[in-house]
Amino acid sequence: MVDISLSGAPQSVQTIQSSYMAQVQRRRLYSGLTLLIFVILMVSGFNIADDRNAGGFWNGLHQVGDYPADVLSEAWKKRADLPALMVKYFPALIETINIAAVSTLIGAIGGLFLSLLGTRGLAKWPRLIPLFRRISDIMRAVPEIVIALVLIFVLGGGPVPAMIAIAIHTAGALAKMFSEVSENTDLKAVEGLSSTGATWLQRMLLGVLPQVAPNYVSYTLLRFEINIRASAILGFVGAGGLGYELRNAMAWGPGRFDEAAAIFILLFGTIVFFDQVSSRYRNKLTDGQTH
Amino acid sequence: MFTAYPSGKLGGDMLRIDTLTKRFGDKTAVDAANISVNEPSMIGIIGRSGAGKSTLLRMVNRLSDATSGTITYQGEDITALRGAARRNWQSRCAMIFQQFNLVPRMDVVSNVLHGTLNKRSTVATLFNLYPQADIHKAIEILDRLGIAEQAPKRAEALSGGQQQRVAIARALMQDPKIILADEPIASLDPMNAQVVMQSLRAIHEEDGRMVIANLHTLDTARRYCDRVIGMRDGRIVFDGTPAQLTTGVARDIYGAGADFSESATSTEIETLDRPEIREAEAYV
Repeated sequence: MVDISLSGAPQSVQTIQSSYMAQVQRRRLYSGLTLLIFVILMVSGFNIADDRNAGGFWNGLHQVGDYPADVLSEAWKKRADLPALMVKYFPALIETINIAAVSTLIGAIGGLFLSLLGTRGLAKWPRLIPLFRRISDIMRAVPEIVIALVLIFVLGGGPVPAMIAIAIHTAGALAKMFSEVSENTDLKAVEGLSSTGATWLQRMLLGVLPQVAPNYVSYTLLRFEINIRASAILGFVGAGGLGYELRNAMAWGPGRFDEAAAIFILLFGTIVFFDQVSSRYRNKLTDGQTH
Repeated sequence: MFTAYPSGKLGGDMLRIDTLTKRFGDKTAVDAANISVNEPSMIGIIGRSGAGKSTLLRMVNRLSDATSGTITYQGEDITALRGAARRNWQSRCAMIFQQFNLVPRMDVVSNVLHGTLNKRSTVATLFNLYPQADIHKAIEILDRLGIAEQAPKRAEALSGGQQQRVAIARALMQDPKIILADEPIASLDPMNAQVVMQSLRAIHEEDGRMVIANLHTLDTARRYCDRVIGMRDGRIVFDGTPAQLTTGVARDIYGAGADFSESATSTEIETLDRPEIREAEAYV
């Protein structure tokens, strides 16, 4: 057999075997130690957390099923009322979806400009790239619920503060995803448009956007799914929509659990529905790109 | 030079492929292929790209399922195997790929040890707990292929020819009865292609393993194989010894015109020394 290995003096197989075995043993020792440290940290961390917990994890564990069981049994007893309750809360659902849709739209437009201004090669003011990047970092670093709480304090409860809060977070999150896509765009088309005397906005909207549109739409749809959940959660802090109704029903305790169940079913059904629709549409978009 | 086909015992076939068909939608990739192999020989499958060569090998390894037809090995129906039985068959029937299909960020020996995955538990392999005997065997196989010194390096740090030899070592680690090679030299330069083909030939001759290789060049098949199968548009159009493979037959397999010549498709180094190529180069 031909041996064309380019290295110099050939080592004997025994030498290679023993040196590799030594390497393997060292690696096993390190991973064993890492595993040990990990287990110790997990166990001790769990014990500290359990000590500080008012109720105690082990004492509470067997009661975990009690509350859902109460809700389900009451909802089951009054199951005849559920369709009527779902109709009653349908307007609240529409409000929740509206909050998500408007905030996604506004956030996507904001994210588009933040990303174009923060991408090397595309930015209008290359020196300000770090500034726009930090702005989008801050926008997505602050949780929606914090922005919503501040805005509710200022503007009062209702859907508008929730919409603004989600839009700000969405703009920051999408700016990051968009700029990762636009970093891979073909700059030749942009150069071509520059050569015709196009403005920056014309170059971006006519040169970059057609290349990245499928990916942008796909990310925006994914964000829409997330925002439906977010807007339902924001209802808990008084931002209206389905979450607000759900909190009221759950805080009331036994007696209104049938309403809580109806709202749960609505919310769950909506999220599954939009999840399915948008994942199908997203697959179609990304498929269409490759062919 | 090599034992001529057909030879050996009549009757019970080792590997038998019966009217094997694979359709993708309305396209038929492999159309009622029949092959029977009586002894561990070295078989080359030739044909244009898209002729169904890869699909055929992938069905034998059970990487993809046949639409209809059967594959039997020593009387056992391979196409019917499911779950653990199918994985066990795959460990007995190693596969080598055009793009090597190694795990780039793992070291060479670990890649070779992947040949034992079917025999080991998932947890043991996850924590890289292979027996010392296996590790020694892996390095011995690498030594046999002339790349033992690369043992501790990452697979991605190796050249293409070395990576393909790591892939062959992984196949040998499986200790298989059959080695399937899907275009093993198509991504390699002529020098490395020769080393890889000679390794496969040596494995066939020294270990008595059956080797079935998809090759897109005629002279490679002629030079290294005992038996050549020609495929065109999913059908087997030729099955015989390299000697029976005349230029006319080759033109038929490749669907080429009268201007077709074997050296035109060659990847061998020696062809460069052939006078007609030199003339052609001088003409250019």
